[in-house]
Amino acid sequence: MSHDLVDLITTKHDTRNKKRKLNGNEKFWLIFRYVSLGFIWFLVVMPIYVMVINSLKGVKNVYLTNAFKLPEKLDFSAWSVAWSGTNRNSPGGNFFPHGLSDSMTRTLLFVIQSAIISAIIGSINGYVFAKWKFKGSNFVFTMFLFGMFIPYQAVMIPLVRVATNIGINKSIYVLVFAHIIYGIPICTLIFRNYYEGIPNELIEAGRVDKASMIRIYRSIILPLSAPAFVVVIIWQFTSAWNDFLFAIFLTGGSPKLSVATTALNFITGSSNQVYYGVNMTASLIVSLPTLIVYIFLGRYFLRGLLSGSLKG
Amino acid sequence: MKKELTRRKPFMSQAGGLFFVLPSIITVIIFVYGMIAWTFNVSLTNKNSVSVKKLEYVGIKNYTDLIHDERFTHSLSNLVKFTVVFMLGTLITGFIMALLLERGIKGEGFFRSFYLYPMAISFIAMGTVFNWLLNSARGKEAGGLNLALQKIGLGFLQNDWYVSEKGAMYSMAIPAVWQMSGYVLALFLAGFRGIPDDMREAARVDGATEIQIYRHVLFPQLTPTLLTVLIILGHVSMKIFDLIIGINGKSYVTQVVAVYMWESTFDQHNYAKGTAIAVVLLIMVAVVVVPYLRYTNKQEAYR
Repeated sequence: MSHDLVDLITTKHDTRNKKRKLNGNEKFWLIFRYVSLGFIWFLVVMPIYVMVINSLKGVKNVYLTNAFKLPEKLDFSAWSVAWSGTNRNSPGGNFFPHGLSDSMTRTLLFVIQSAIISAIIGSINGYVFAKWKFKGSNFVFTMFLFGMFIPYQAVMIPLVRVATNIGINKSIYVLVFAHIIYGIPICTLIFRNYYEGIPNELIEAGRVDKASMIRIYRSIILPLSAPAFVVVIIWQFTSAWNDFLFAIFLTGGSPKLSVATTALNFITGSSNQVYYGVNMTASLIVSLPTLIVYIFLGRYFLRGLLSGSLKG
Repeated sequence: MKKELTRRKPFMSQAGGLFFVLPSIITVIIFVYGMIAWTFNVSLTNKNSVSVKKLEYVGIKNYTDLIHDERFTHSLSNLVKFTVVFMLGTLITGFIMALLLERGIKGEGFFRSFYLYPMAISFIAMGTVFNWLLNSARGKEAGGLNLALQKIGLGFLQNDWYVSEKGAMYSMAIPAVWQMSGYVLALFLAGFRGIPDDMREAARVDGATEIQIYRHVLFPQLTPTLLTVLIILGHVSMKIFDLIIGINGKSYVTQVVAVYMWESTFDQHNYAKGTAIAVVLLIMVAVVVVPYLRYTNKQEAYR
């Protein structure tokens, strides 16, 4: 890519002449901008604020009429209920039989596996499509990209059928495979774009030294690939973690295979008495891993996100 | 030593590259294109329930049935309503965010980071929150968004949200706009900052006002970005599924095409119908995405 979108976005741009004092009109616009930014900030933060404060009000006393009010005293009981569930002997009864702990662990394990394998495959593919082109490789690459945009409903029924026939739908590996396979396009794309940015002179230099293309990949390209690996792993991690479609189709309603999103949906969609404190806590717990990744590695996340637009 | 090097030479050839991506090519052919073909094939059969023993081809019957299926046309019109409001809302919100930030402002990083975080959260988790906040109770019993509207003096905007037939799809667009605006912001911010500063300067020297600079210099440069934004939002919107399920489950009022496909397949076990809906959905997405892929491909060729 000729210019990097994320760099464009995050580099400081101040087109204003700093030394000049602001005149009245400019001052007005600056204040206007801050007020608007603050207002939007408020709207953007609101749902997560609601999640957090209502998760601290305990199990029973959470009502919509005071959804925006801070808790009177901190009560973490909703956290333990959402995490480990309740049993019949607990006070209040068996209103929340399945906690999130099992599904969260299961999701974490499967998501990490699929992210790492996806990244390895993406790296090899990206290298070929960027630096080791063959006849028709651009066409093949475009064919790959289409696979990134399709509604997965269009492959789901055969996929479920195949998974059932080979019996893999009884294990969480069905989701590992699904995310690896349908992640091939985006992972290839991210690595290809990254490798396009590596100057061809480096490859040429390797070839002058009579290194094979595999050798060049191993000793020149791979050591430079760490940022792209981070981008792809984070992308696959986030999208597999947040995925609901594959999970619900491939693992169905089986509680033994529930992942974070399907477990959450099971909890909140159940027709039993609804405890909103627990609901809010559960959504927060499910959101935390991807939020933490975003907080610490937001730049890499953004890069993966923008790759989806085929632009950067 | 020398011999070994010459022996390696064939590996440098083009075919070597093909060899390494071949596993992925085969996988994509089978799992993307092959399974699409399979889906299409099922949609031409009479597999309308589990009890069908003798598979027969019925031509396009499943598709013509869809046209007369009230639930399908309902979900399609719901999808259109949702798409219009969602695309306009996200486009406008994201563009305003970008306009406010593009010239650089103290604290930009802070605002930008917050504006983008919804993209990291699942529709299902957010759906749970909005399911609660978009409660239809009003007046004294009001809570959530209705209460917030009362408090800031916009009580007349109180709404039944996703409960009423009339406004359901429009209120579904609210969380979707909330979640996707950051994406539009990011794309437009990159668009603005890809414009060389000289262009503004030149216009300013020529005596253009700030508004004229935006209208005649900057906005025309953003046309490719706008195209990208519309394509991305369009295909996200057509595929919308998690968000609807997260907020309102499979309810009739908010049913869209992807949700109806799920229901036909899993609750009714009508695989022929499910696959036919999936094919319709695929065609809708392809109409938007394929020209875009070709356009991007051509642009790459000029690089």
